[in-house]
Amino acid sequence: MVVEKPSLETIWGWLDTVPDPEIPVISLTDLGIIRNVQWQGDTLEVTVTPTYSGCPATTIINLDIETALRGHGIEKLVLKRQLSPAWTSGWMTDAGRAKLEGYGIAPPQPAGGPERCPLCQSTQLEKISQFGSTPCKAQWRCTDCLEPFDYFKCI
Amino acid sequence: MSTPVSAPLFEYLCRMGDNTLVLGHRISEWCGHAPVLEEDIALANTALDLIGQTTLWLDVAGEVEGAGRTADKLAFHRDVWDFRNLLLLEQPNGDFGQTMMRQFLFDAWHLSQLTALKGSSNEQIAAIAEKSSKEVTYHLERATDTVIGLGDGTEESHSRMQAALDLLWPYVGEMFLSDDVDAAMVDTGIAPDPATLRPAYDKLVGDVLTAATLTKPQDDFAHKGGKSGKRHSEHLGHMLTQMQWLQRAYPDATW
Ligand SMILES: [Zn+2]
Repeated sequence: MVVEKPSLETIWGWLDTVPDPEIPVISLTDLGIIRNVQWQGDTLEVTVTPTYSGCPATTIINLDIETALRGHGIEKLVLKRQLSPAWTSGWMTDAGRAKLEGYGIAPPQPAGGPERCPLCQSTQLEKISQFGSTPCKAQWRCTDCLEPFDYFKCI
Repeated sequence: MSTPVSAPLFEYLCRMGDNTLVLGHRISEWCGHAPVLEEDIALANTALDLIGQTTLWLDVAGEVEGAGRTADKLAFHRDVWDFRNLLLLEQPNGDFGQTMMRQFLFDAWHLSQLTALKGSSNEQIAAIAEKSSKEVTYHLERATDTVIGLGDGTEESHSRMQAALDLLWPYVGEMFLSDDVDAAMVDTGIAPDPATLRPAYDKLVGDVLTAATLTKPQDDFAHKGGKSGKRHSEHLGHMLTQMQWLQRAYPDATW
């Protein structure tokens, strides 16, 4: 039983360890979708924004947040969905971007395409499709190493 | 009994949600059948965006109606005459070119509609529009590229795209018709008068069709009856039997 309310800093620390269900190398906080955490009396309120409106991972994400926080003894919990301001890939943390690239997914760029091949760092790239294996990714190919790779779309 | 104030707003929200629901279902019919893998994935992703947007619109519609209906209830337990989607969207997929022509003609309207709705006096509508317009920007970009690529492609792809345009053009006019529901939305600052979106649409579509070497039909005759729900084409009923059968056979089944 939780005797004292954990600090918000502690709670953010717990959330830092909850992985994204589709790209488990990055956490939900790396992705930038947890917009706020606050105590309303003895109830913890966590505000989450979806990446894409039809993203099937959204329900799993909520379930994972709930499971993690309940595992740390949080009993009264409310998850709120916030649509505006709409999520942008610009909210991804630098740590998240580096982890994505290390995993083989090119991080989002304001220019609209990947900066370099996540496998060989070549800048000779071509787009295969604007859409990929999940709503947040597009398919690109490196014309040097010839490997196709995922690019995290910039929205 | 007088009409409740929320009635036109409910109608309007159903129009937005039914558009994305019907088109989302239509293009999901391509899943596993598209000409190449990348297009299959792109169609499924677009469908996913549209179904997600449907949930947002119809959830608010259910709230506004105040009769306890959720987005699922509205999607799966209404009949043809309750649907408020544009006739364009319920038309069968045809070949891949026809599917992409329909997508382009809708996306161009959809993005301008959503862009205008970002300034809606209704906060929930403005938020959905802000979210959706990011996704629809992608849809329009892809549909534009495809229409140009296939229109200005081989003799075969060109003639199919022209045939698709000739077939679908009579469904374009309905997007810009204004009725009492639209007037109520304009009065309350919720949504723009559809007619005001036409000049920009004609310019955009005209430019793309020119780049695609396609000829816009001269006749602006428009089929109507979808957004008002007065007269849907026979295709919607057939589509709903597919889309709704599970919830009709096993009401409120979940998994
Ligand atoms: Zn490479």
